[in-house]
Amino acid sequence: MKDEVQSPEERSATLKGMGCSRKRVEDVRFTQGRGNYVDDIKLDGMLTGDFVRSPYAHARVLSIDTEAALAVPGVLAVLTAKDLEPLGLHWMPTLAGDKQMVLADGKVLFQGQEVAYVVATDRYAAADGVAAVEVDYEDLPVVTDPFKAMDPDAPVLREDLAGQTEGAHGPRRHHNHIFTWEQGDKAATEAVLAEADVVAEEMVYYHRTHPMPLETCGCVASMDKVTGKLTLWGTFQAPHAVRTVASLISGIAEHNIRVISPDIGGGFGNKVGVYPGYVCSIVASIVTGKPVKWVESRMDNLMSTAFARDYWMQGKIAATKEGRITGLWCHTTADHGGFDACADPTKFPAGFMNICTGSYDIPVAYLAVDGVYTNKAPGGVAYRCSFRVTEAAYFIERMIEVLAIKLNMDAAELRRINFIRKEQFPYQSALGWEYDSGDYHTAWEKALNAVGYDGLRREQAERLEAFKRGETRKLIGIGLTHFTEIVGAGPVKNCDILGLGMFDSCEIRIHPTGSAIARLGTISQGQGHATTFAQIIASEIGIPADDITLEEGDTDTAPYGLGTYGSRSTPVAGAATAMAARKIRAKAQMIAAYLLEVHDDDVEFDVDRFVVKGAPERFKTMKEIAFASYNQAIPGVEPGLEAVSYYDPPNMTYPFGAYICVMEIDVDTGEHAVRSFYALDDCGTRINPMIIEGQVHGGATEGYAIAMGQEIAYDEMGNHKTATLMDFFVPTAWETPHYTTDFTVTPSPHHPIGAKGVGESPNVGSVPCFSNAVHDAFRPFGLVQSHMPHDHWRIWKIAEDLGLHV
Amino acid sequence: MIPAGFEYHRPADLASAVDILRAHGDEARVVAGGHSLIPMMKLRMADLRHLIDLQAIGALKGITIAEGTATLGAMTTQHELIENADLAAAIPLLREAALQIADPQVRYMGTVGGNVANGDPGNDMPGLMQCLDARFELYGAEGTRQVAARDFYEAAYFTARSDLEILTKILIPVPASGTGYAYAKQKRKIGDYATAAAAVLIGSDGASVAMTNLSDTPVWSEEAGTALASGDIEGCVAAMLAAIDPQEDMRGPIAFKKHVAAVILRRAIDSALSRRA
Amino acid sequence: MSKMHIKFRLNGQEVEGLAEPRMLLIHFLRENLKVTGPHIGCETSHCGACTVDMGGKSVKSCTVFACQADGAEITTIEGLTNPDGTLGVLQEMFREHHGLQCGFCTPGMITRAHRLLQENPTPTEEEVRFGISGNLCRCTGYQNIVKAILAAAEQLNSHKEAAE
Repeated sequence: MKDEVQSPEERSATLKGMGCSRKRVEDVRFTQGRGNYVDDIKLDGMLTGDFVRSPYAHARVLSIDTEAALAVPGVLAVLTAKDLEPLGLHWMPTLAGDKQMVLADGKVLFQGQEVAYVVATDRYAAADGVAAVEVDYEDLPVVTDPFKAMDPDAPVLREDLAGQTEGAHGPRRHHNHIFTWEQGDKAATEAVLAEADVVAEEMVYYHRTHPMPLETCGCVASMDKVTGKLTLWGTFQAPHAVRTVASLISGIAEHNIRVISPDIGGGFGNKVGVYPGYVCSIVASIVTGKPVKWVESRMDNLMSTAFARDYWMQGKIAATKEGRITGLWCHTTADHGGFDACADPTKFPAGFMNICTGSYDIPVAYLAVDGVYTNKAPGGVAYRCSFRVTEAAYFIERMIEVLAIKLNMDAAELRRINFIRKEQFPYQSALGWEYDSGDYHTAWEKALNAVGYDGLRREQAERLEAFKRGETRKLIGIGLTHFTEIVGAGPVKNCDILGLGMFDSCEIRIHPTGSAIARLGTISQGQGHATTFAQIIASEIGIPADDITLEEGDTDTAPYGLGTYGSRSTPVAGAATAMAARKIRAKAQMIAAYLLEVHDDDVEFDVDRFVVKGAPERFKTMKEIAFASYNQAIPGVEPGLEAVSYYDPPNMTYPFGAYICVMEIDVDTGEHAVRSFYALDDCGTRINPMIIEGQVHGGATEGYAIAMGQEIAYDEMGNHKTATLMDFFVPTAWETPHYTTDFTVTPSPHHPIGAKGVGESPNVGSVPCFSNAVHDAFRPFGLVQSHMPHDHWRIWKIAEDLGLHV
Repeated sequence: MIPAGFEYHRPADLASAVDILRAHGDEARVVAGGHSLIPMMKLRMADLRHLIDLQAIGALKGITIAEGTATLGAMTTQHELIENADLAAAIPLLREAALQIADPQVRYMGTVGGNVANGDPGNDMPGLMQCLDARFELYGAEGTRQVAARDFYEAAYFTARSDLEILTKILIPVPASGTGYAYAKQKRKIGDYATAAAAVLIGSDGASVAMTNLSDTPVWSEEAGTALASGDIEGCVAAMLAAIDPQEDMRGPIAFKKHVAAVILRRAIDSALSRRA
Repeated sequence: MSKMHIKFRLNGQEVEGLAEPRMLLIHFLRENLKVTGPHIGCETSHCGACTVDMGGKSVKSCTVFACQADGAEITTIEGLTNPDGTLGVLQEMFREHHGLQCGFCTPGMITRAHRLLQENPTPTEEEVRFGISGNLCRCTGYQNIVKAILAAAEQLNSHKEAAE
């Protein structure tokens, strides 16, 4: 046999398993326009829904007149809160333990809020219907500033909560207050601050932005009145959780709901939440007996479905005069908008903000977060982020720079002397986490050497002198960042969403001829799961990745899982995949031993087969074993070859990275040019280097947008100022920097294959890196802190305030 | 983002187009490339019942250069303008500016006529045409007339064109050979309108300076041109700063825009001077 | 409004249908003709996901009425696959160089790149970046898209040389 002359390395290469840059199986469809996204779904008799939205940020809804709308040709129904109330669906629970209006119930709390839902034969008739609905509003005083929202005489936003002094996360101390969340040792931290050689204090604001996947949110709800079964296709990052939530709030038995996430055109956290469009579409399908599609417009998307960040982080960092950090204090005011719809694990109302000690060995720390209501859209989603890790990383990486200024130290050196050392892992952080593994110093030195750090500093100093001599108007900024992520939520003992433990799952079936299908509880939105998860299975059980079909997103067929966000797919579902594969391998071993007539312990796994120990010429390939499992009665072994694993991770994983950016800044116009961006990521074991690199490029580009111009902005009346792509900054290929990627590998000790996850690292790491570059350019002139986004006029303002325009 | 209903017309000649305009008054609008009008219709901010598509009217197409004048049919797209080598040689300022407008797809559809006729203060071509001292030919029931670009713009979206006229041609005097030129534009990204943009011509017999998106109309300043012609760059900048009236928007506050206007203008002047033969 | 009869060539075939004058070309393609390759990403002609090739131009079909396309010659991503069903060179290079992730921008991006390479068969990296600046991608950071287009240009040129 040809097979026998192949070396193990050759056989291994055929599998396209872990570590190889396998081309993506998804791409054959996508490159031909054969994807199947929600808006591609067409069903017989399908209707379209569209919303009447509030033009006011805060107003009483006095009346809604639907008569003219109902007279529009093609309009079949107009739903208002009054129609939903008898069903108990005019409000819905949020993921954060609050509740949210599905349709305006007496008042509106943000501009763009859903007021009425028009159902029509097509989107044109629906739009005409929306235009014909007449709503009478009485405007109310608007609060857009989270600090003013806490004034004693601030307008009451949530009248429905009147008198409620206890919220989902403890006491409420004001009518616009949601929760206070405290971590760490306040007294010890304040004592350290009081006695420290040096304390740097700064307000660090991470502004409001939006994930803006290229595909907006949408769904198709189809209630089959004959079978009583509801099928819901949608842009859901967590289809199983959506099914459970839909069952709980609608009263439809869970087995009668089938949720399907088809192809998703990017998610980035935008598609985790449950939105009024989904609820109204379900109700409309029940009422009309027909399938109902709702796909939001881009304006709807930017105005109403979610936002991210909006954290005002007041920080104090204490250190010895030599630069050894002795304590960290942070008080955050979190602007949650009109409803608390943040997508965080239940016990973490501020997500994993308590990873804000970052990569540093900080003996004591204290964190408090106050959540506040304002007249802005609800959301607070994890935009390419594991639950506020982005905010935490930005906070600590800015505070390090601020401290470096105070100490008059080089910021690279300050990081170096404060990193958690390799031998300290597993490391217990002052705010309660156990970092699994890391080697920060190695990564840091590799990064500094790769960019020629000392040379860059010399060049920067020369440029500064030339600037002072009037020979140039461009400064150089060198942005440094070393971030530590916390991903893979998470251990069921402390991570759940609405009571659903955050495990994940994989089921693998081997077919008689040796090919396979695997189904997972996650759902790809571009991450390439169909490619990478097959690679894990290929390496674990020796079936070529090309012979493995991968399915996700259909709750009728896939095992239950909590979905894809927070970089959790590889840490959790990837582990479940490896564990399910190992169950199969264990059974395969028994079958192989039986076929080879030796004891189970006398065979060992060798790439794609089990061989008799010491007699490599005697083996059974996985193909042979698969067939045997279906056609031979093996004593003591059930027929078939399949397994399922529900994986509850013992800990989170802690990917990290070192990023360095060099930026040229035009002092006169505020324009910038990114000269180079170096990204070193350590995500543990690398499954597909090509896909990892692609994730880094994409995440860093989202980070570039956020740092350099992207924001969700409101005026004082609560008018949304960035509702189209004219003003909401999404860079084109022209503005986007070129990236150099690099890596180190520090496997996770508790993950079955040592992988940590990477999708979000580049967003977490790049934002402080770009921002630090801007700050660094102006450091010689005394700049300490300036808020993002660093668009042209804000950079210009820095220079103006520093007197650099003469 | 769904427009209200309308009737569609695709006349084959100008007379028919004007007849339709006359028949429906202000309920009718002409559409060229549509990349200004159609987004407004989708937002239901442009209210019309009759849309007159000019694509079939041959008289609105073509680029000719003769007797010191370049004539651009109003339906000339930005892409066609960029690709026309003769025009690029005669008036390189046009190509330099057009390449900074919108993005490739929009330049394939967007027309010079639409860009100048719409009266949108964000558009680049109006200021450019004022700098070049172009004339616009208007066709209406009363026949044709010409209006100087420098007299055309009255306020945002208000121009000297009546609702019953169609802008048919843009006539641009070809600058003397050796004239220095530059179009400098600061914007947040590809596809954005200008934070500030400046068109500059410096010849042996004079200079012309115009700026874009810094007022509710394009700003051409005779005083600025005169100063520049005499070599007084600071006088030119000062005159222009006195003439602009920028508004705060997401691009930045007024003080920033004024500062940037001066910087961009100086850059355009430097560039134009370096190109002057 | 009464519907109009609209007819054009789509990917080499005559197609026709009835549509209100206000129907946008993207909706006519996707809803009436069930050609769902071009996508809707922004509706304000910024993102380019709806890009089709119309009369030799890259056009954002969310900003064209279907009636304006009457009589036109239109190519969508569906028309760029080889007649034998294999991937066209650009499609193959996007796959080879990981020039896509979620796939939502991909049809518009490849359709645009197709026209770019028709007009400029040997672009520089800068020309590619400028040439695709009417198409937004949220996943890839463009770097591998640029790489894919440059690789496709090279391959198309070597095919051409081989043929000569």
